[in-house]
Amino acid sequence: MGKKSQSNLHKYNRAGYIFVLPFVVVFMIFSVYPVLRTLYLSFTNAKIAGVGKMDWVWFENYIRVIKDKFFWRSLWNTTKIWGINIVLQLGLAFLLTIVFSDIKYKMKGLGVFRVIYYLPNLIAATSISFLFKTLLDWRYGTFNQIISGIYHLFGASYNPIDWLGTATYAGPTIAVIQTWVWFGNSFIMLMAGVQGISTDYFEAAAIDGAGRWTVFGKITLPLLKPILLYVAVTSLIGGLQMFDLPFLMVDKASAAYPSTQTAVMYLYKFGFETGTTQTGYASAIAYILFLIILAVSVVQFKVFNKED
Amino acid sequence: MGTGFKIKKAILYFLLILLGMVCLLPFLLMIVNATRSGVEIVNSFTLIPSTHLKENWDTVFEYFNLFQGIWNSVKVAVPATLLTAYFSALTAYGLAMYKFKGNKFIFTMILLFMMIPGQLGLIGFYNLCTRLHLVNSYIPLIIPAVAAPGTVFFLRQYVLSVLPPSLVEAARIDGAGELYSFHRIVLPIMSPGIATMAIMAFIGNWNNYLLPMIILNKNEKFTLPVMMATLKASTNIQSNQGAIYLAVAISVIPILLVFCFCSKYIISSVSAGSVKE
Repeated sequence: MGKKSQSNLHKYNRAGYIFVLPFVVVFMIFSVYPVLRTLYLSFTNAKIAGVGKMDWVWFENYIRVIKDKFFWRSLWNTTKIWGINIVLQLGLAFLLTIVFSDIKYKMKGLGVFRVIYYLPNLIAATSISFLFKTLLDWRYGTFNQIISGIYHLFGASYNPIDWLGTATYAGPTIAVIQTWVWFGNSFIMLMAGVQGISTDYFEAAAIDGAGRWTVFGKITLPLLKPILLYVAVTSLIGGLQMFDLPFLMVDKASAAYPSTQTAVMYLYKFGFETGTTQTGYASAIAYILFLIILAVSVVQFKVFNKED
Repeated sequence: MGTGFKIKKAILYFLLILLGMVCLLPFLLMIVNATRSGVEIVNSFTLIPSTHLKENWDTVFEYFNLFQGIWNSVKVAVPATLLTAYFSALTAYGLAMYKFKGNKFIFTMILLFMMIPGQLGLIGFYNLCTRLHLVNSYIPLIIPAVAAPGTVFFLRQYVLSVLPPSLVEAARIDGAGELYSFHRIVLPIMSPGIATMAIMAFIGNWNNYLLPMIILNKNEKFTLPVMMATLKASTNIQSNQGAIYLAVAISVIPILLVFCFCSKYIISSVSAGSVKE
C-alpha cells in the first residue's frame, strides 16, 4: 500500500470495529471464557460444577495429578500410540513424496492417488471405529479370515490374534488405523511443499549433473523442513488429544483397556462420566496436559531450527 | 533407459496401487458385508454381494433411525458452516484492511488459540452451557462457529493476496458504505478461499463427536456420530455383523457424496494448510 492510499484509508479505519465485533463477542464467550473458567475450576474442589458448594484449594488438584500414576499411565499410552503412528505416517508420506517428486521416474497419476490416499481422512471416527472393530473381530472378523486364508495357501495354520482385545496388540493396532486415516493428509502437505519449490533449483541441479539423491538431500529436504515441522507440531497437538478411536474401539472391561486409555479419555472420565465426575480434578488434568503439549511443541520447534 | 528402469517403475506403480487398495478395501468389504447375513459373514470371506440387505436394513432401523441422525447432523453442520464462512470472511477482511486499536491484539489472540488444544476449554465450555441452560440444545454446537480462529487466519492471508486495495477505494469515492463494499466487491473476490475453508469446516462439523456427545443426551437430538456411537451398547445389533456394516455404510455415504463433488477443493485446502506457514 502506498502512502497516499494509507492516509485515504485512515478515516475509514474505525469501521474495522464493526467487522470484527461479532467474532470478538463470540470468541470471548465461547473460547476465552471456557479456558479461563477451566483454569478457575482447577483450583477448586468442585465435584460437579454448579452442584453443591466448592472451595478454593490452591494447587491440591495439580499435586494430585502429578502423583496420580494412572494419569501418567494414560499419558504414556497416548505417547506410545502416537509415537508408532507418527513414525509410520510421516515415513509413508515421506516415501510417497520421494517417489512422486523423483526427477528420473516422473511418476504419473498423482491426482488420482492423492484422492484415494486422502479418502480415509474424511470419514467420521465413530464410523471408522465400528468398521475396524467389526473387521478385526477376533473370532468372526473378516480380517482374520483373510490372514487365515493366506496361511492356508501356504499350508500353515493361523492362530487368530485378538487385535483389539489384548494389551500387546491393541495399542499398535490403533496406531496403524490412525496411520491409515492420516498418512494421505501428511502426503498432500509434503507434496504441496515440494511443488512449491521452484523448478529452477531442479533444473540448475540437473545442469550441474547432480544425482537424484544429491538433489533430494541438498534441495528437497532442506526446503521441506518448515512443512515437516508444521506437520510434526500439528500432529503432536492432535495426537496428544487422541480420544475417539481408543474410546470407541476398546471396551472398559477389555484386557486391553489399561494399555489404551489415553490422557483425554482419563480427562473425560473425571470431567463427564457419571459416577466418577470430579470437575476440579478434571480441569487440573486439562491444564497439566496443555502445559505438556506446550513444552513438547517448544522443544520440537527448537530442535528443528537448531541447524540454522 | 533400460529394461531395469522400466521394471523398477512398474514395481513402484504396483506398490502405489497396492497402497490404494489398502485405503479402499475396508470400504469395499463394508459394502459387500452390508448385503450379507451375520451367519454368512462369520463363516467365510468373499467379495461377492449376497441377498440379505433387506434383513440387515430392518435390523438397523429397528434399533435406531439413522436418517434422523443424518437430518440432525445437517441441522448442526450446515448453519455452523455458513456462520464460519461468513463471519470468518468478515473478520479476516476487517483485520486485514483496517488499522484500528486492538487489531494486533486480536490477531495475536487468534494465533494463540490456534495453538491451544481444544480439550483445554472443554470443561469450562460444558459448565457455561449448563449455566445458560443450553444442554441438549444445538446452540452451543452452532453459535461458536462464528469465531473460528484458524479460518480467520487463513482468510486474512488470502484477502491480502487477492484483493487490490484500489478496488475498495474506488467504491469509496463512489460513496459506497464499508459493509456494502464488503458484500458487493470483496465477498465475491474472496469466494474461492471461502469455499475451500467452508468445505473443511463442514467436514469437521459433520464428523465432530466429543462435543456433541457431551452436550446432547436425548436420543432424538443425537447427531450422526453420536448416534453411531450408541452401537457400542447394543447387543442385539452386535450379534449381526451385517447390520453393523450396513449402519456404517449409511453413515459414510453422505460424506462420500460431498467428496465426489468437492475432492478438488478438499485436496487444495489440505495443501493450503502446509503453505500457510
